[in-house]
Amino acid sequence: MNNAVLSQRMQTQLRRRHAAEKRFRWYGAAALCFALAFLFVLLATIIFNGAGVFIHKRMLFEVAVSEHHGDRYGAMIKDSWKAQFPEVTNRRQRRELYGLISRDAEFLLREHLAGVSVPDNGIVVLSVPFSGDAGEFLETDPEKRDAFSERLSPEQRGWLERIEASGQVETVFNKDFFLNADSREPEIAGILGALIGSMLTMCVTFLFSFPIGVMAAIYLEEFAAKGRLFRFIEVNINNLAAVPSIVFGLLGLAVFIGLFGVPRSTPLVGGLVLGLMTLPTMIIATRAALQAVPSSLRYAALALGATPTQALLHQGLPAAMPGIFTGAIIGMAQALGETAPLLMIGMVAFVADIPDGFTSASTALPVQVFLWADSPERGFVEKTSAAILVLLAFLAVMNSAAIYLRRKFEIKW
Amino acid sequence: MKGLAHPMPVTTTATTASEISSEREQVGAGANSSIISARNINVHYGEKPALVNVSVEIPRHQVTAMIGPSGCGKSTFLRCLNRMNDLIESCRVEGDIFLDGEDIHAPQVDVVTLRMRVGMVFQKPNPFPKSIYDNVAYGPRIHGMADSNSELDEIVLNSLERAGLLDEVRDRMHDSAMGLSGGQQQRLCIARAIAIAPEVILMDEPCSSLDPIASARVEDLIDELRQKYSIIVVTHSMQQAARISQKTAFFHLGELVEEGETERIFTAPKDTRTHAYITGRIG
Ligand SMILES: Nc1ncnc2c1ncn2[C@@H]1O[C@H](COP(=O)(O)OP(=O)(O)OP(=O)(O)O)[C@@H](O)[C@H]1O
Ligand SMILES: [Mg+2]
Repeated sequence: MNNAVLSQRMQTQLRRRHAAEKRFRWYGAAALCFALAFLFVLLATIIFNGAGVFIHKRMLFEVAVSEHHGDRYGAMIKDSWKAQFPEVTNRRQRRELYGLISRDAEFLLREHLAGVSVPDNGIVVLSVPFSGDAGEFLETDPEKRDAFSERLSPEQRGWLERIEASGQVETVFNKDFFLNADSREPEIAGILGALIGSMLTMCVTFLFSFPIGVMAAIYLEEFAAKGRLFRFIEVNINNLAAVPSIVFGLLGLAVFIGLFGVPRSTPLVGGLVLGLMTLPTMIIATRAALQAVPSSLRYAALALGATPTQALLHQGLPAAMPGIFTGAIIGMAQALGETAPLLMIGMVAFVADIPDGFTSASTALPVQVFLWADSPERGFVEKTSAAILVLLAFLAVMNSAAIYLRRKFEIKW
Repeated sequence: MKGLAHPMPVTTTATTASEISSEREQVGAGANSSIISARNINVHYGEKPALVNVSVEIPRHQVTAMIGPSGCGKSTFLRCLNRMNDLIESCRVEGDIFLDGEDIHAPQVDVVTLRMRVGMVFQKPNPFPKSIYDNVAYGPRIHGMADSNSELDEIVLNSLERAGLLDEVRDRMHDSAMGLSGGQQQRLCIARAIAIAPEVILMDEPCSSLDPIASARVEDLIDELRQKYSIIVVTHSMQQAARISQKTAFFHLGELVEEGETERIFTAPKDTRTHAYITGRIG
């Protein structure tokens, strides 16, 4: 049919156009596959490395609570542990033996005894973590355990295998990882401190940058005279959005800590710094969202005798809300993953307590990743990946919240 | 503000608003029978002139039709009357416009009050992305026209009824207005404009997306509204202009070519351009 209508030249051209069309689609698909493959490899690696953290080995351990130890819980643990290995006599062996269970055991015992009364026979059953190397050893396939020859002595390995054979080793979900703060001991180091630190920091960031960013954007969009000064401010806000984040850290150090005396290493100062960093993004996103609202909407309100502020608050702003939330969440996600400025204001300190307020010392998730990645102990390697997973999960929760809010405010045109 | 404040506080429903209007008429009628008089209006968008030296009187309690080919400045002229042109940055308006004898550009004039007195229905329907009810209730709410919810209900129902939309939306008052058809949206915008009982209603092609039946209803509405309000209608339909208006103004390329009683304009136009336009030779 085409042949009748189209000339020879037009036919050739048409074939070429179709070919170009197909090629162009392939380029797009290839680019997408490439990007997805990388993402997949990245995620798979992190999950593979970090998954081990979420289940771990613990020992069900009968501790004899004896009067003569008083409140020396460490001694009770050691005595009960040693009692299982009659052949252990000299000091070196004892030290090696004690090195197999976590130092956290005595605190666990203390906590446990605070809650329950000791039975008549004086025996309490306690589930305690192994030390880092011992735990890893037990988690390893029996055939591959030779790799531990440098980290554990043959005797230690023998004892662990004996314990394992006796059925005292249990495999459980590692809730400690989610309930503990950071620690020098990899087996008891947890993410909760950093997680709460990040949450508190994000709260401050949001409360600081959202109202200020939105108000500034509204002023620029709706009220400011669009003169030379306006253009100057506009250009500078765009520039600020591209300033390296560490510069904001330095600024925060000088202004918030130096000038205003905000306590360092706290979610308050961290949130303020990240808020400053997020501000330009907020302003730009809000302005774009306001510009995208059809002006006929505001005209309709104004023609009914609404004041410009009413027209904005009743019509313009609600219509812009989904866009504003999208922008806000992009800014917040960026802030959540930011490490460099937090290093400048001391949020990189080792904090073994879970922060209990905006002014208590704390770290944040990305800093925790940085700290663990930097630790020499092997146990921290998988913790690093697990922390990244937690960070990603946090991000996913935040994004879901944004999508929910956007849906809620979405307008069907 | 002082000059343009309502002579009486606006109370309650459309019925009382109409009483106010008729009282006002008695006060003003002797002095001047036109509600709006525009003198030597020049409008520029940037450097480009859109209206050149337009002077026209809008009679009270009549329908004035504005006709003319596309782009001749009809909408621009309407926007001058409620100062919506203030919102267009490049737009510059010169000349004097008097509403009830008061200069609407005077510094003491509050545009909020002006726009309350001079309502507008836009060329393109622009309902708020809210419920049908909230669309109509918006104006009365911001002006505090209703003392109670039942009073507000009454205003809303009354306005929808008069715009000929009530029967179609009675059982979905709280659905989004964006779900209405184009013509329904246009009538909603009319209902929204009359809900605040303005003195003057500017209608920019109110029937542009209506079928003949709905158009006829709007025409009836306009005729009815004339009892209480003064109305300016932009229309591209000569028949419509002839049917509904008492006065007609013909614009061409930013100029007001001819104005006068509708009957005379359509039967004995003085200007050749008017003649050409109404007989369909330019436009
Ligand atoms: N916001 C604006 N900015 C720049 N020029 C404008 C603007 N609005 C209108 N104009 C110009 O002013 C002139 C008059 O436009 P206007 O909208 O008043 O015409 P109209 O008579 O209403 O036409 P139509 O019948 O098509 O609605 C046109 O040339 C138009 O291009
Ligand atoms: Mg127009």
